[in-house]
Amino acid sequence: MTRFLAITRAEMLILRRNRWLLVATLIMVLFALALTFAGSAPTGTLGVDMLTVSVASMTTLSVYLAPLLALMMAFDAIAGDVDRGSLALLLSYPAGRGEILLGKFAAHLAALAFAMTIGFGTAGAVAAWFGGAGPESLMALARLILTSILLGAVFLALGYLLSALARGATAAAGLSAGLWLVFVVLYDLGLLGAVVMDQSGTFTRSVFPWVMVANPADAFRVWNIAATEGVAMASGMTGAAQALPAWAAPASLMIWPVLGFVLARAAFRRVEP
Amino acid sequence: MTDKALTIQQVCKDRGKTRVLSDVDLTLAPGERVALLGHNGAGKSTLIKSILGLIPVDGGTIRVGDSAPGSAVARRDTAYLPEAVSFHPALTGREQLTLFARLSGEKADIPGLLDRVGLSDALDRRIGTYSKGMRQRLGLAQVLLGSPKVALLDEPTSGLDPISRQDLYAIIDELAGQGTAVLIASHALTEVEARTDRIAILRKGVKVADDTLANLSELAGLPIKLRVRATENADVLAAKLGGRRVNGASVEILCSPAEKMEALRRIAAMGEAVADLEMAPPKLEDLYRHYAREAAQ
Repeated sequence: MTRFLAITRAEMLILRRNRWLLVATLIMVLFALALTFAGSAPTGTLGVDMLTVSVASMTTLSVYLAPLLALMMAFDAIAGDVDRGSLALLLSYPAGRGEILLGKFAAHLAALAFAMTIGFGTAGAVAAWFGGAGPESLMALARLILTSILLGAVFLALGYLLSALARGATAAAGLSAGLWLVFVVLYDLGLLGAVVMDQSGTFTRSVFPWVMVANPADAFRVWNIAATEGVAMASGMTGAAQALPAWAAPASLMIWPVLGFVLARAAFRRVEP
Repeated sequence: MTDKALTIQQVCKDRGKTRVLSDVDLTLAPGERVALLGHNGAGKSTLIKSILGLIPVDGGTIRVGDSAPGSAVARRDTAYLPEAVSFHPALTGREQLTLFARLSGEKADIPGLLDRVGLSDALDRRIGTYSKGMRQRLGLAQVLLGSPKVALLDEPTSGLDPISRQDLYAIIDELAGQGTAVLIASHALTEVEARTDRIAILRKGVKVADDTLANLSELAGLPIKLRVRATENADVLAAKLGGRRVNGASVEILCSPAEKMEALRRIAAMGEAVADLEMAPPKLEDLYRHYAREAAQ
């Protein structure tokens, strides 16, 4: 049981040593702060506190950044070790492949959690200091941080899957970029197109919300928006969220990391070092 | 129960339509040092990875002690040095070895181990700054972790200078002395001949020979090649020594190990007529060709 922790410790050292932790945290802090200040204008008109608006802007930010940061850490996890020739050596030790993957996952997730908590936490604190905060907006901030970590977990697992399937780290990086584009950008564009074509038919009313929430990035958005009235107002995106039962988005976001990890584990089993 | 450290029986492995290992048998007793020779692509690394359980075999059995390759017991009992080993460049030598020690569940004296392979100065430097030889030494240090029953070294001399080769063989002897069976894969006979108990030759996935070097050479009756450079007239020299003229100024003489001294005496007796003398013992290539031909018959 302690073997996966040995991997985790080594991976944490690597993340700290190659400044990954520092850079990821800085990116989160800078973007979150920038959005908080840039997005503070509509507070008066909507009658919500500044933290609520800030959380709404940061939700949009996290949809892009959390998957990106996760994939950037994950793509090298297996393919990189294969390229270096160190995977064969690692696998000759008593640690199983599941333990190795779990060890890396724990380290990468901890780094993401750190960057998210510091980044959103700082921006949240600034927003609360200047524009006030209530219990509800604090809850929204906590929810944003936790769901961002979950979203990161999804893309870490998917990144490992690609890393196990790809021939070499460069190919894995390319595949990861494609995956990000599909889940975060193209999926929504496709859905938008379908809704426009359908012109409020059955697809838009009954199928579309489910297809949308099946994408973890959208599930993340729906969960954060549906849970807080103020955030929903500030983001102007309520319709789709109301068409779904409350458990749909959380379920999607919680099933995805497990599913992704199981798939990555299965793909890793077939890797010949 | 078996008293062998490693037993390989009738192992076959296919890659696509090509058979990369074909009915390979090999056994290693505890404390035995065996060289596994063959050219690139002969199947050495494939065999080693099969022993580690990293790739499945398509026929035959492999046992590390009594356990199947890849099982928890087998993994604990085997040590492995991959060919041209590499580690994550961001870790230091100490951190990398600490990881391996934790994975194998050993309480290891890391600084002691790194000192043993001559890396005590680079203990806390990043592996990214190491030379190829230093990485190879670090790889060797992790072989010494715990007390493996079987050590599999894939091209351990690659990237090492001659002095570290001496160290390497001192370490191999130490391993063998504590009862570890050591299998050394190499493509160069000269690097392993004096320091191993037995030599197995692999050619295109087939084991063509498995014996001590002395027996192999004797059985093969391979000639030693003497190349004599003449001061003036190579034709005269060739006529007197009974060799073959190879280029303008040199004569090549082939003789058996038993005739070697006699031939040298005759060359020395030529006095001023001989400008230089080179002696080439049989190379792996010659042993190869011999045993490959024998296997084909």
